[in-house]
Amino acid sequence: MTQTTDQPILSVRDLVVSYRSGNGQSVDAVRGVSFDLYPNQSLALVGESGCGKTTLGLGLLRLLPRLGSIPAGTVTYRGRSDAEVDVLALPKNDLRRWRWREAAMVFQGAMNSFNPVLRIIDQMGDTIRAHREKGSRSVSKSEIWERSADLMRSVRLEPKQVLPSYPHELSGGMRQRVLIAMSLLLDPKLLILDEPTTALDILTQRAVVDVLQELRAERKFAMIFISHDLGVAAELADRVATMYAGRIIETGTASDIFYSPRHPYTSGLINAVPPVVGDLPELASIPGSPPGLNSLPPGCKFNPRCSYVEDRCLSTDPDLLTISARPAGMSHEAACLRWQDVVHERKVVARA
Amino acid sequence: MSAATATISIPRGNAVHGFFRELTRSKTGFAGFVLVALIVGMTVIGPLVVDPSNPTDVNAIWGAPSAEHWLGTDGSGKDVLKQIVLGGRTVVFVGFAAAAITTVIAVVIGSLAAYFRGRFDSVMLQLTDVVMTIPQIVLLAVLGAFFRLDSPAMLALMIGALSWPILMRSIRAQVLSLKEREFVEAARLLDLGTYRVVFIEIVPNMASYIMINFIIAVTNAIYALVGLYLLGLAPLAGANWGIMINDAWIKGAMFQQDSLLYILAPIAMIVLLQLGLIMLTRSLEEILNPRLRDR
Amino acid sequence: MPERTPLISLRGASQTFHSKSGDIPAVDNVDISVGPGEVLCLVGESGCGKTTSARMAAGLSRPTSGTVEFEGKDIWSMSKEEFVTFRKSVQYVHQDPYASLNPIRDIHKTLSAPLLKHGIAKNRSEGWTQSAELLRRVDLTPPENYLPKFPHQLSGGQRQRVAVARALTLNPKLIIADESTSMLDVSIRVGMLNMLGRLRDELGVGFLFITHDLAIAKYFGWRGKIAVMYLGRVVEFGDTPDVINNPQHPYTKALLDAVPEPDPDLTKTKKPGGGLRSADIPSLRNLPPGCTFHPRCPLFEEGTCNTVRPELTLLDSGRQVSCHVVARRGSINAPAGASAGGS
Repeated sequence: MTQTTDQPILSVRDLVVSYRSGNGQSVDAVRGVSFDLYPNQSLALVGESGCGKTTLGLGLLRLLPRLGSIPAGTVTYRGRSDAEVDVLALPKNDLRRWRWREAAMVFQGAMNSFNPVLRIIDQMGDTIRAHREKGSRSVSKSEIWERSADLMRSVRLEPKQVLPSYPHELSGGMRQRVLIAMSLLLDPKLLILDEPTTALDILTQRAVVDVLQELRAERKFAMIFISHDLGVAAELADRVATMYAGRIIETGTASDIFYSPRHPYTSGLINAVPPVVGDLPELASIPGSPPGLNSLPPGCKFNPRCSYVEDRCLSTDPDLLTISARPAGMSHEAACLRWQDVVHERKVVARA
Repeated sequence: MSAATATISIPRGNAVHGFFRELTRSKTGFAGFVLVALIVGMTVIGPLVVDPSNPTDVNAIWGAPSAEHWLGTDGSGKDVLKQIVLGGRTVVFVGFAAAAITTVIAVVIGSLAAYFRGRFDSVMLQLTDVVMTIPQIVLLAVLGAFFRLDSPAMLALMIGALSWPILMRSIRAQVLSLKEREFVEAARLLDLGTYRVVFIEIVPNMASYIMINFIIAVTNAIYALVGLYLLGLAPLAGANWGIMINDAWIKGAMFQQDSLLYILAPIAMIVLLQLGLIMLTRSLEEILNPRLRDR
Repeated sequence: MPERTPLISLRGASQTFHSKSGDIPAVDNVDISVGPGEVLCLVGESGCGKTTSARMAAGLSRPTSGTVEFEGKDIWSMSKEEFVTFRKSVQYVHQDPYASLNPIRDIHKTLSAPLLKHGIAKNRSEGWTQSAELLRRVDLTPPENYLPKFPHQLSGGQRQRVAVARALTLNPKLIIADESTSMLDVSIRVGMLNMLGRLRDELGVGFLFITHDLAIAKYFGWRGKIAVMYLGRVVEFGDTPDVINNPQHPYTKALLDAVPEPDPDLTKTKKPGGGLRSADIPSLRNLPPGCTFHPRCPLFEEGTCNTVRPELTLLDSGRQVSCHVVARRGSINAPAGASAGGS
C-alpha cells in the first residue's frame, strides 16, 4: 500500500496557525503540528469540533480566512518533479497554480463551493481554462466535456445528467461527488478533504466513501481527510492522527488507533462511538468539555478531563512519544506520559 | 438534596446599576443619552423655572443678542432663549407620544398579523397599502380641517395613527421568520399561551430593532409636526419650536441678520435632539441584546 | 403481546404537502405507537418521513388522513382541556440546540416560565428551586452556575441539556427526540444518551426517538422497538436488537451494510454501495409504482414488486416487514455469519 522507499510528499514541521480575535489579541488554533505524509497514503485527522483539525487542513494549503495567519513552522511539498516546494513561501501566483495542480481541497458544505448560477460544465470549464499551461492553446468545448465526463464517470455520476445541471438541481451526495471530481481535474498528487461525508445520508455517504476508495486505488494520490466520524476514518485511512486542543496527541495506523489507543483521549473517543454490528457495548462520555483556546490549562491540555492524571501531567506538556517505530510515518506515537498504563477495553452490556 | 436546594436563592442583581453599566460602555451612546436627557429635562423643568408669560421687552423688537437677551428677541420683543426653553415641551411631547403610538400599533398589529395570518393579516395588509399610498402631509392637512389640532395629544394621535404602516410591514416580516424558529415552537408545546408566545418570546427578540425604529419615529414625528406648523396647518397659538420656525418664515425674521438666531435656535434644538437620540441607539442595542453584552 | 393502551399512536396517518410542482406524500399510512416508558426509534434517511411522523405525534401538524391518538383518544377531536393535557404530556426536543432556546432569555426564565404558567411553581422562588432541580436531572451541576446564563454562554451539549430540562418541566409522559444528539460531538453525545436513558428508567418517560444513525438507535433503543422508514412508509418494524442484528427487509440490510464501523477490520467487509442496484433515492413527487424500493432492491423480482405495493406483514416473533419476497418466505432468516439466537 505504502511505498516505503519514497520521500514524503508533504512534510510539516512545528506548524502554528493563529487567529486574530476582536480585541487585538490572537489565539493559536494549531499549536505546533509536525508530520510526514508519504505518497499514496491516506491520513485521517480526527477530533472534536474546535480541536484545530479544519484549521490545520486550511493552513496546509494556505487557505486560511483573513484573520488567520501562520506565525511559525514549515510546510514542504515534494511533487512530481521531486523539487522541494516551500509552501509557506510561495508567491501568490505560484500558490494558485500549486493548488489544484499539485494539491486540492474539497470543502465541507458542498453547496457553498459552487457558483449557484453556473452549470456544472461551465464551472468545470472555468477551472480547466484558469489553470492551463502558460502559452498553451485554448481548450475546446468538446475537450472540456470529454475531460469532465471522464471524471463524472469516475465518481459514478452520469455525465449527461449532471454536467448540464445547476448545483441546486443535484442532491447533496451528488454535489459532494462533483466537488471531488472537480478537485481532481488537474490530477493533483495531494487531496485534502474537510468532512467529506458529514451531513450526508448513510447510503449517500457510502457512495462517497466507495468513490474515494476507488479513485485512490486508480489515481494514487495522497489524501488527508478531516472527519469527526471515526467510522469513516476507520474505513478510509491507513493512518489516523487524533487532534486535541490544536495538537496531534496520538498517531498510528488505523489498527493502532482503533484497537490499542495509548492516549486516554483517543481511547475515550473510541469508547464513545457505538458500533452497529454485534453486541451492545458500554459507552462512556469523556467528562468535561474541550478547553477554550485562550484558556488552556498548564501541562498536558487534556489533564482536567483525564482519569490517568498525575502531578507531573499538570506541569509537563508531553511531546509525541514513540510506542512502536515503523517507517514511512506509520509509527505509533502518543503524547501521554502514562501511555504504558492506558488500558483500552470495551465492556459488553448485552449480547446480540 | 432538598437541603442543598433550599440554600439556593435567587440572586437579585441591581437592575438600575446594570442599566447604567451598559449605558456607559459606549461613549457615543452615553453622550447621546446625556444630550437627550438635557433637552428633555429642559423642556420639562423649563416652564417651572422660567416665567411662562415671557414678558415683552418693548425696547428690543427683533433685537440682536445682548447681555440681557442672549439669543436676541422676536418681533414682539419676547426673549428667544426663554421661548426655546418654554417651547420645547409640545415638540418633545408630540414627538415621543406619536412615536409611541406608531410603534405600539405597528408592533401589536404586525406581530399578531404575522402570527395568526389568515383574514386578519390580509385585511391589515390592505389597510397599510391604503395608508401608505396617500401622502401623509396631505392627509394631515385634510384631517386638520375636520379635527381641531390644537391639543398636543390630538396632534400626537393624528401623526401616530398615520405613520405605523411601514414599521408594521417590517415587524410582520420579522415575526414571520421568527415564529418558525424552534424556540417558538417549544414555547407553543409548553402551552405558554398565545399572548406570551407573541409578546414575551417573539417580540423581545426584535427589541433593538423596535427601539431604533421608535427613535426614527420620534424623528419623523417631530419633522411632521414642524411641517404642520410651517404650512400653518396646525393652530399657531402659544410658542413652540415649530411655531417659531413658522414665525420666522411668515414674519420675515429670516431676512434680518440680527434675528438669524431666532430661526437657527429652534432648528438647532431639533437637530441636537435628533442627534442625541440617534447616538443613544448605540447603547440601547447593547442593553437589549444579551449577546453584545459579554464583549 | 398483551395489549395496553399506548400513550401515543399514529393510526394510518398520512401527511401530504401541496406544492406548486405537485403533491408530496411525506408520510403514507403509518401505524406506530409508543407505550408508557417504552422506546421507539424511527430511523431512515432524510426525506423518509420520520420527522413528519414525529411532528404529527407531537400534535404540531395535523395528518391529512388517519388519526393520531393520545391514550386512545383522537387528539384532533379532543376538547380544549383534553388537548392541553395532551400538550403537556408530550414534549419535543429539537435537533438544533442553537435554535431551540430563546437567545434573549436566561436559563432560569426559560425553565421557570412553564412552571409558573401551569402552577407547578407557585412563586418565583419555587420556580428557581424547581428549575435548579431540573438542571440537576440533566446533569448540569451546580445549577446555580447555569441558571443565570444566556444560551450563547453555553456549549452545544449544555444547551441541549437545557432543552431536555425544559421538556421535563411539565412532567411529560413522552418525549419526542428529533435527531436531538446529531449535532453534538461524539464525546458529548454519549453522555446525553446516557442521561436520556436514565430519565426513561427513573421517571418512566417514554421516548419516540428519531435518528438517521443506526448505531445511536441501537444504543438508545436496545430494550425498545425500531421502525425503519423509507419514502414515507414503515418498511420494517421489530425489537431493536433483532432488527439491527438480523435485518429482514433489503433496505434495512443495505442501511446496516453501509454504516462505516469504527473498526478497521470489520469495515473492510462492507459491500460497496450497500449492495444496492442504484444509489439514488426516487423523488417523493414521482414515486415508483409497486414497492417504492424496487428500483434499488437487490431482491427485485419482475412482476409483483413493480406493480403491487407490499403491506407490512407479520413474520414470527413480532417482526413486521413490508416486502413481497421476504413475506413469501414467511419466516425469519438466520443472520448471515453472526451468532444466531437472540433475546
